Amino acid sequence: MKKGSGVSDEVNRRNRRTDQQTVDLLTATARDIHTRILARRKPDLKFPVRTLANVSYSERKGYLEIGRAKKVRTLSVNTVKTFAQTLRMMSLSKSLIETNDFATKRDAYYQSKNWGEVMFHEQPESDTVMDDIEALFSVHSINREQLRFIPDEHGGAVAGELVVLDPDLETGRLERIDCTRFGSGAYSIPSSVEQLSFETKASFVLAIETGGMFQRLQNHKFWKSANCILVSMGGVPTRATRRFIRRLADEMKIPVYAFVDCDPYGISNIYRTLKVGSGNAAHINQFFCVPQARFLGVTPQDIVDYKLPTHPLKEVDVKRAKDAIKNDPFFQQHKTWQKSMEQLLKMGVRAEQQALARWGLNYVIDEYLPAKLKARDRFLP
Amino acid sequence: MAAKQREISVSEFFSKNRHLLGFDNPSKALLTTVREAVDNSLDACEEAGILPDLLVEIHRLAEDRFRVVVQDNGPGIVRQQIPKIFGRLLYGSKFHSLKQSRGQQGIGISAAGMYGVLTTGKPFVVISRTGKGRPAHHVELVMNTKKNQPDILRDEETAWEPEHGTRIEITLQGIYKKGRHSVDGYLRQIAIANPHARIAYRSPDPEDDLTVFERVADELPPEPLEIKPHPHGVELGMLLKMLKETTYRDVFTFLQKEFSRVSPRVAGELLAEAAIPVRARSAQIEAHAAERLHQALGKVKIMAPPTNCISPIGEDLLLRALQQEVRADFYATVTRPPSVYRGNPFQVEVGIAYGGDLSSEDLVTLYRYANRVPLQYQQSSCAITKAVLNVDWKSYQIAQSRGALPSGPAVLIVHVASVWVPFTSESKEAVAHYPEILKEIRLALQEAGRRVSLHIGRTRRDREEGKKRTYIQKYIPHIGAALQEILKLSDPERDKTVAVLIDVLERSRSGGE
Repeated sequence: MKKGSGVSDEVNRRNRRTDQQTVDLLTATARDIHTRILARRKPDLKFPVRTLANVSYSERKGYLEIGRAKKVRTLSVNTVKTFAQTLRMMSLSKSLIETNDFATKRDAYYQSKNWGEVMFHEQPESDTVMDDIEALFSVHSINREQLRFIPDEHGGAVAGELVVLDPDLETGRLERIDCTRFGSGAYSIPSSVEQLSFETKASFVLAIETGGMFQRLQNHKFWKSANCILVSMGGVPTRATRRFIRRLADEMKIPVYAFVDCDPYGISNIYRTLKVGSGNAAHINQFFCVPQARFLGVTPQDIVDYKLPTHPLKEVDVKRAKDAIKNDPFFQQHKTWQKSMEQLLKMGVRAEQQALARWGLNYVIDEYLPAKLKARDRFLP
Repeated sequence: MAAKQREISVSEFFSKNRHLLGFDNPSKALLTTVREAVDNSLDACEEAGILPDLLVEIHRLAEDRFRVVVQDNGPGIVRQQIPKIFGRLLYGSKFHSLKQSRGQQGIGISAAGMYGVLTTGKPFVVISRTGKGRPAHHVELVMNTKKNQPDILRDEETAWEPEHGTRIEITLQGIYKKGRHSVDGYLRQIAIANPHARIAYRSPDPEDDLTVFERVADELPPEPLEIKPHPHGVELGMLLKMLKETTYRDVFTFLQKEFSRVSPRVAGELLAEAAIPVRARSAQIEAHAAERLHQALGKVKIMAPPTNCISPIGEDLLLRALQQEVRADFYATVTRPPSVYRGNPFQVEVGIAYGGDLSSEDLVTLYRYANRVPLQYQQSSCAITKAVLNVDWKSYQIAQSRGALPSGPAVLIVHVASVWVPFTSESKEAVAHYPEILKEIRLALQEAGRRVSLHIGRTRRDREEGKKRTYIQKYIPHIGAALQEILKLSDPERDKTVAVLIDVLERSRSGGE
């Protein structure tokens, strides 16, 4: 118990520290505006330019990074309404932190109904302002969840050798969530994971594309034999899932292996997004990508090696693969990926994770994964 | 034989060509009758140097039977002329003259009278007085189409109050309608193009008050000058006729005297080109030679005709007339310098009224005029319409769909004045598509468009200026409130911030941001 309260104090201290940094930054931004006004100068806000032209792949950091181009919004007659709304939204963020609460995009939209003339009339308007604030603060390495604006969708399922430490919103008491004790169920990643801390002795995280495969591995307690943490991504991972895996990998210093379908969607959308983020929201990649991730399978070579049943590539698959090879900075960075993609295109087929069931339902547990994990150096980057 | 053919042709001409003359349906017949009478009255007043004062009345006698009364304060008509002017088709002094005037063929008013007699059997009534101390005459006529002459039913002196003037009454079958193609609409358009005329109108609708279109100008337009035909505009048939009828014996003199801009040198060149001896006698030029002469007229370089013979409404008067008859925010009028098509001088004027009470949903209202006469039918085949369609109105901030008239709160007026307006048909409803005329209309429209565009831009800026001002007043307090929340400012601190910010923005705005 003594040990538990020590951990609790530490986690709460850490969270308070982050919150304080966020509040400080909000205040500093507002103070800068206030000072400029009193100096009879027009205040402005600087946002990173969120176009693909301002996005590049950083080899050192291992993700798609937003460039340094900034767009300045000066307070003028034309911007006065948006400016007021942005400041109102920042004020809302500050009070959310101070009251230890949160708001979804929808919540924030309804909150604006108290703002008189500057209230939002449609949610897209408030979403835009929130996106602006997210971009504004991303420059200072503060993400939207830290501003207490959380996404509506929660994260994927988690099971295995992991204890999640989650402070109670009301009491601040730390809940210890043991992810080995969900039976055939699983822990569900919350919308915002900033307040969480972890304890684990697992040797890696296995990020799985489909719920079906996750369920098989969970029911047969694969995490026990492999000493790992299972995370179900359910297609392209949500912000919460990506941030959860990222923090787990960063703080527990454990590798992440991706296990997805062998098709251009699984590789260039799901895996690529998990690992290096997306080009459209490059300003948040610094928080959400998982540069540690490596590709366990299913690889194009696996299709050959394991004689997997396949389906022909669809037209959209071919287009996606060619586009990735030609335009995607991540694939351009990695020769091995280009070769694998070309191999896939040449074979003209795709194979799902569950295709391994051709050799028996638990072949994946008994043979495939153990064999793969013995040769981790052969994982694709 | 020839005489007989002529008699038949006149009555048949009318019954077979009603549509050419504007009597093809009952509602149009009513309008055409008013038009012809009003045109005649205005022309008569102007020629006599009298400011026109017209009374137009339409009395409903039965559902489809009306009596049209048009009375003017013109010089009146001497008794002997009355039957000729009103009782015979194609009697008139205008047909061969090259002078800007409303009517051109002299067919109109007698055709109207004939239509009345044909449809109702009622005679055509004329009361006229030529001056103080002279008697007024009351004459009733029916047209004898066989003889192309009127039969006089009644002819007597009468007591009539006006010192001088003419009153005509035609009873006819017709349909009375309101709207653009109506008598009401026509008279409004006439009033715009004739700012020197005062017109009182009593509609057949007992609900309506007497409508008076007051004059805005107390001066008559300068009288248009009559000019000789220019060689470039003469057709072969016309040339033959002129050769035959001329009083100048030798063709060398004939060319100089009967045409404008033909000097002795030009006449010599023309005859040399046509291989006709200078001393040849006009009446003896045979057909082949005349044809060669006609070709020469087109080939030899000849100075453009004089253009001072046109009498436009004028930018100022058109503006004032528009302001009186159309309620709008902005008006612009353009009178182009005179130009020439096929040897005929002409001049184009454009007026536009924009905004105000005009509907912004509909297409703009286009009023077409030729020699101050509104053209109410055949809009789509008129050169004026084509010119309006061909202007890119979007560049003047006026909406326009492809191939359509522009749309917006505007009335557009186009006036073509000429010694000889080229119409597409006898009913004189559409101007023919001469490139020179199209070009002049386009230039005038563009000039008017530029001015309207400036106005539209100005009002838009004013509106945005107003919007910006309210923006500042409305939204800046929220910036103050948000800063107060985040920075925990006191109320005076907050108010000071708001005041400073409003000042800063107002300054930058007036400083031409």
